[in-house]
Amino acid sequence: MKSLRTVLETGRLVVVTGSGGVGKTTMSAALGAFAASQYNRRVLVLTVDPARRLADALGLESFGNAVVEIESSALTRNGTPPAGRMFAAMIDTKASWDELIARCAPNTDVRDKVLSNKLYRNLTERFVHSHDYIAMERLFEAQQSNDYDLVIVDTPPSRNALDVLDAPKRMKEFFGSRLLKLLTTQAQSRLFSLAAKPFFLVADRILGARFLTDITEFFTLFRTMEEGFVKRANEVEAVLKQQDTSFMVVTTLESAPLHEAEFLIDALRERGFSLNTVIANRVTSKELIEQAQDALAKLEASVQDPSFVQAVVKATEAVEPTAGQISRVVSTISRKSAEAVRKGELEHITLEALRKRSSDSQAELCICAISGAEIARATALVALGESVHPA
Amino acid sequence: MLFVTGKGGVGKTTFASALASFAASIGKKTLIVEMDDKGALARSLATTELQFAAREVSPNLFAMSMNTEDSLREYIRLFVKNPLVNTFGPLAKILDFVANAAPGVKEILAVGKLCWEVREHNYDIVIVDAEATGHIVAQVDAPAILSGLVQVGVIREQTKWMQEMLHDKATTGVVIVATPEEMPVLETMQLLDTLHNTTNVGVSAVVANRVHDDVVQGGDVAVFNSLWQAVQSNAVPSDAVEALRAPMQLLNVATQRRQNEVGNLEQLVARSREGGVMFMSLMDIDAHDHDVVTSMTQVLKDELQ
Repeated sequence: MKSLRTVLETGRLVVVTGSGGVGKTTMSAALGAFAASQYNRRVLVLTVDPARRLADALGLESFGNAVVEIESSALTRNGTPPAGRMFAAMIDTKASWDELIARCAPNTDVRDKVLSNKLYRNLTERFVHSHDYIAMERLFEAQQSNDYDLVIVDTPPSRNALDVLDAPKRMKEFFGSRLLKLLTTQAQSRLFSLAAKPFFLVADRILGARFLTDITEFFTLFRTMEEGFVKRANEVEAVLKQQDTSFMVVTTLESAPLHEAEFLIDALRERGFSLNTVIANRVTSKELIEQAQDALAKLEASVQDPSFVQAVVKATEAVEPTAGQISRVVSTISRKSAEAVRKGELEHITLEALRKRSSDSQAELCICAISGAEIARATALVALGESVHPA
Repeated sequence: MLFVTGKGGVGKTTFASALASFAASIGKKTLIVEMDDKGALARSLATTELQFAAREVSPNLFAMSMNTEDSLREYIRLFVKNPLVNTFGPLAKILDFVANAAPGVKEILAVGKLCWEVREHNYDIVIVDAEATGHIVAQVDAPAILSGLVQVGVIREQTKWMQEMLHDKATTGVVIVATPEEMPVLETMQLLDTLHNTTNVGVSAVVANRVHDDVVQGGDVAVFNSLWQAVQSNAVPSDAVEALRAPMQLLNVATQRRQNEVGNLEQLVARSREGGVMFMSLMDIDAHDHDVVTSMTQVLKDELQ
């Protein structure tokens, strides 16, 4: 197990997983911003969610497929410039696929044919979970480029968070499959292949001969890129298993994300990926809960006390509250914060179970406290990243 | 037929379950369908694992889990009528062929099964726990997309009646669920645009889920804010202010969150109104799994009846 700080200081690749809506993208950016501010490293954050406020916070017009550097002035805190540099890019599936094809195609003729193929456009844009493969491809490319010391990648919001990790393997399997061989066998010889006959009988009947021909043409082209793709897939898989690659699971303490996090913790471990960090996000601080609890006990005792009411009147005299308003506001504060205390206590029971679960899997559980504020500046991201601490 | 979609984590499955339970409770024979075989729907309905064959999980409420292989088997039995099929053994390999190589076929097998249930009038209403916002267009408009790719053949013919059904706004609609946070709201607005600009599929409703109450209301807001300022600045130190510090700090998260929510909701309401789409707001329910569904079903009864 490596601590989160060690991962950020010495790791080369961090893969951030977790269910949708838990703050994965913000967490990736916050940890990246913190690492760049704290350590003399070039940090790249690859994200899939185009959060506008996040782009604003980083001082970017918008995220694009191309990597942009965050201005060091944006990361300067209290006059101290960042120790390292921060870069960010948003993975644009379509553009990334086109780049990949251009690189893997044996010649420009094949490249142009593939890029203009109707099936290709639909395959990459709409149907297969092609963003999973492309996310892996992009992280590999960034990691290999030596332009960055640390790459933090925010995984796509797949319904199954592990799809993304299986993508290289599936790509390899696809190229090695009997299916592709059948598809790309010459039409004539196909008729003589007894084994292939049932496939084509059904496929012809369902899809129609014309569609089948289109598919065949496309995959014949695609197959010329087999070598490049398979080599890449192998390399990506190897990088994911490397010593300095670290996995992270982000979750909130709500039941559905927690369920997913528990599944991920087990699944990552089973597959031999090194899960070093579990982050419980949006946790109410235990200290604050305890302080509020103490304060509430005092509040109950003193709320009828005339000197208490007088003090509140004095504190709010600018708005000239009525006695009724004061009593209503104070009782609302007391009732609603008591509710929050109760919820917070339950949260910490859940947190304790997650801590045990994480340490059983040799991962460090870290906490990021809840804040209602939206991130408006890059320095707020740095502060958020810095605030993540071991449970 | 309603396709319930939304960004991951906003409560799609919960809302779809509550809507289906509500429909069943007012006497509609209802089918609810899980599209991704993840088991979340079974949990939310508090029932055992769902199968491709629909099962009545409570009076009037039938539930199934989509499986493209079973769907293909049924399709071949119904449409291709090829006696050879039975000699092929497991259809998995053929499915592999058809679904992995030909784009859109997997989607159309799933959507085709849904359309079939509607066409046969097997249910009064079909509620689909559909793909997330990023993939819903590929799912709900699969027949139209595929018909653009395929010139002739059985599939091409099949896409025609499905498209008619999916594009008929009296029959089919998308329900977009969002929580009042930045990204879910942004994705909802993008999806409204995409559906409107690139498809003929209608949107039935936008649902804001997990909306919170104001911490204080009306004229009390000014008093509350003034008190919070005094606590923060410590301008008028007193025991009373001290006693209010931690409780108010704890509430500050809720206050700020609510502030952001209001801004996000305003955008969502304005955009829904502009598009003539029904908007519905559901309060946050403090419960787990099936209990949330039960409470939400009650809310829907109160709101919709």
